[in-house]
Amino acid sequence: MVAAEYPKFYLYKRIVQAKLYIDENFALDIDLDNISSEASFSKFHFIRLFKKIYGRSPHQHLTVVRIEQAMRLLRMNTSVTETCFAVGFQSISSFTTLFKRHTGVPPSVFLQRHQQMMLTVVKKPLLFIPGCFASMNGWK
Amino acid sequence: MSHVSIYVLDQDSAYDFYVNKLGFKVHTDAVMGPGARWLTVTPPEQPGLEITLMAISEGMMFTKETAATMRDLVKKGTFGFGVFECKDIYATYEELKAKGVQFVKEPKKEFYGIEALFKDDSGNWFSLGQKGD
Repeated sequence: MVAAEYPKFYLYKRIVQAKLYIDENFALDIDLDNISSEASFSKFHFIRLFKKIYGRSPHQHLTVVRIEQAMRLLRMNTSVTETCFAVGFQSISSFTTLFKRHTGVPPSVFLQRHQQMMLTVVKKPLLFIPGCFASMNGWK
Repeated sequence: MSHVSIYVLDQDSAYDFYVNKLGFKVHTDAVMGPGARWLTVTPPEQPGLEITLMAISEGMMFTKETAATMRDLVKKGTFGFGVFECKDIYATYEELKAKGVQFVKEPKKEFYGIEALFKDDSGNWFSLGQKGD
């Protein structure tokens, strides 16, 4: 049985559920205090366990999820302003600062680069495919 | 290594499995003609390793008969394509299970570490491992 082998089986379930809640509700104004109480932990205990499992605090995880979702939306050609509010940020300036901190470039530059790359993928897809695969599939 | 291929039964379904369930990133998604698509994904912490999700269809690579045989073998779970290491196998197991990933072996302590086995949406199986105890 898995349960018998888990070091603290029930703890994992609760922390994982909390993480999945953040992953799915990143766009909402998430109150991390509520998450810890719903998981039946003290805030301190919850943050400590979460950090031990995922290597970052719940708040840091929420930011990472929002940035990753922002990257996903920008890759779908969503505008920077629309992306900012769609993923749960309250201001363009904080979104831009955090996005740049995590990805190295501001969202506007990320969007521009992605659009250029997509244009290249459409026009010259063989630049992205190893020659042997392209030959085997009859693409060149 | 820069590229490795996994044969899948349906690229749309494989996209959903590898991107939305396993959390991989799409590297290249290019339409190469009617019914032909070059789709590669990368594990979250290995952006340099492209995993090609290859459709099994009749063409230059497969004859009609070979494609049918290959699809049958994949469906039967003949192929094991690799090992994914994670930092915390119990948390990863719980999360993937909650997302609907089918496990054929629950996390178990072995002499080489802790290991679980799961299948992708096509039937290919993988080891999920955590070194140490």
